[in-house]
Amino acid sequence: MKRRMWLMVALLMLLPMALMMSACAKSGVTSATQADQAAQDAERARQEELARQRALEEERLQQEQLLSQQALDAERSRFMNENIYFEFDKSRLLPEAQEILRNKADWMRANPNVTAIIEGHTDERGTTEYNLALGERRAESAKSFLVDLGISPSRLTTISYGEERPIDPRSNEEAWAKNRRAQFVIE
Amino acid sequence: MAPIRLHLLAPVVLACLLALAGVARADYDYIDITNPFLRKIPMAVPVFKAVGGHLSERQAAGQAAEQLAGALEFTGYFKILDSGAFLVKPETMGIIAPNIKFQDWTAIGAELLVTGGLSLKDQYIEMELRLFDTFKSQLLIGKRYKGLVGDQRRIIHRFCGEVIFALTGNRGIFDSRIAFVSSGPGNKEIFTADFDGHNPQQVTHNKAITLSPDWSSDGKWMAYTSYRKGKPDLYIRNLAQRRGSLVDRPGLNATPAWAPDKFELAATLSFSGDPEIYLLTGAGKIIKRLTVSKGIDISPVWSPDGRKLAFVSNRSGTPQIHVQDLVSGREERLTFEGRYNTTPSWSPQGDRIAYSSAEDGGFNIYVIDLGTRKRLQLTRNTGNNESPSWSPDGSLVVFSSNREGPYRIYVMTGYGTDQRRLLALPGEQTNPKWSRRIVN
Repeated sequence: MKRRMWLMVALLMLLPMALMMSACAKSGVTSATQADQAAQDAERARQEELARQRALEEERLQQEQLLSQQALDAERSRFMNENIYFEFDKSRLLPEAQEILRNKADWMRANPNVTAIIEGHTDERGTTEYNLALGERRAESAKSFLVDLGISPSRLTTISYGEERPIDPRSNEEAWAKNRRAQFVIE
Repeated sequence: MAPIRLHLLAPVVLACLLALAGVARADYDYIDITNPFLRKIPMAVPVFKAVGGHLSERQAAGQAAEQLAGALEFTGYFKILDSGAFLVKPETMGIIAPNIKFQDWTAIGAELLVTGGLSLKDQYIEMELRLFDTFKSQLLIGKRYKGLVGDQRRIIHRFCGEVIFALTGNRGIFDSRIAFVSSGPGNKEIFTADFDGHNPQQVTHNKAITLSPDWSSDGKWMAYTSYRKGKPDLYIRNLAQRRGSLVDRPGLNATPAWAPDKFELAATLSFSGDPEIYLLTGAGKIIKRLTVSKGIDISPVWSPDGRKLAFVSNRSGTPQIHVQDLVSGREERLTFEGRYNTTPSWSPQGDRIAYSSAEDGGFNIYVIDLGTRKRLQLTRNTGNNESPSWSPDGSLVVFSSNREGPYRIYVMTGYGTDQRRLLALPGEQTNPKWSRRIVN
């Protein structure tokens, strides 16, 4: 009888303990979950921030690239569209022409795979045949200058069109001045 | 006894006979060679007689007389009298000496008379043509020709050659052609036409800028520059056989000039970095370099004996005509008047060079005498006049002018008289080159 009573007391004592323990256990899980949740939220927020930062960075990089590409295109464009001009019946290079040719040499050095054609033109005055030769002299004049600046002659071809391909078809001083030119074409 | 001369003309067969008495010789001084154009000889060419009398013959007879009068008038030596002034009706007059009343012709001032008889039989045409000195009442030339109907113009021109030969000792221009550049097709291409501008034909179809035609002496080859392959290359082409060579060195390959009576040509090549004149074989291989001067050397032309070359050079500072002796190597400047002298053409007699000179009012054509070094102005106050080229007998000069607006081909005598337009095609025509006589 005494043993059974002790057992019963023990059980009775254990029961609430068990109950209490289970109760305790339950509240531990809840707080752990709450903490986890917070941590996850924080992590997510950090990831989003990082992503946003990366996106901004990429956009900035793209912008930079675009701008530099535009700058490159502009330089390429300038190489092709900026002509040099000559005095009547002359093939010598004026200071402005030399400056433009220096820029062209810089560009060609920065773009070592490029080869170009230099076209020589004249205005319509004078006779066809002589103007063919004058156009050739103008193109050669420009080529020599570039070669002296270090551009390999194998990268430059000259071609004369004489008076055959005016840029301005009118017959006045303004048009003639525009036609007396050397023009660059990227091959 | 009348000698019978047979003229063979493939595929036409021409038979000629000289009339009996009174055949004159070629050394009558009809045409003053010092200035043949000062006085034009009055000539009458009445409508030819239609032997059979039917309509088609009469039409051909009228046309043939017109063609003959036109061709002889073209030379500048003759004044063709208006048929309205004739005292006899051509349909009823005789065409051989015994049946001609020469005083009917001397009375109206005709010093020369051409009569003709024409008959058409199936596809054949037969013509007898006679040239008379009316004041001497003498036959100078009598010829009979037979050929296909389509040969009418050629027969007329053959007789005209005989007329000019009898009166000047020179074969004349009737067998020659003129090459030129025309922009009608949309880009510059090369065309040719008869000496009088008839029958223009397009020779090149490159669909690219094509310039500077030049005839070989025998008229069988033509050389020219074309951008057909994207750059100025020199094409050397046999016209009939469609074969040839290409000179396509880097830079300019331009202004070809065939050497007289040789299968060689001078041309300007700039592959060395500077336009210089080279001598090439007819197949385009370099024989040697002819000019050695930094600067422009272009537009070579040969003296008729092939020993000298005239060309344009700016070695003295401005474009001027220079002459180089190919035997001695000596070179000298020819033009000293004018700031810009280009497009030289050497006369077939070898004594003069025609060229164009830039002046304030435009370009004008001058002729400089190689002996006296004096120049004669041929054009004035008529816009730009450029690219003169002598006829093969040295009597006429063909050139281009924009006096009427667009550039056209004109012809004038070697003294600048009788300037008239040769032809007008769509676009503009420039750079004429007169061939030698092209004998088939």
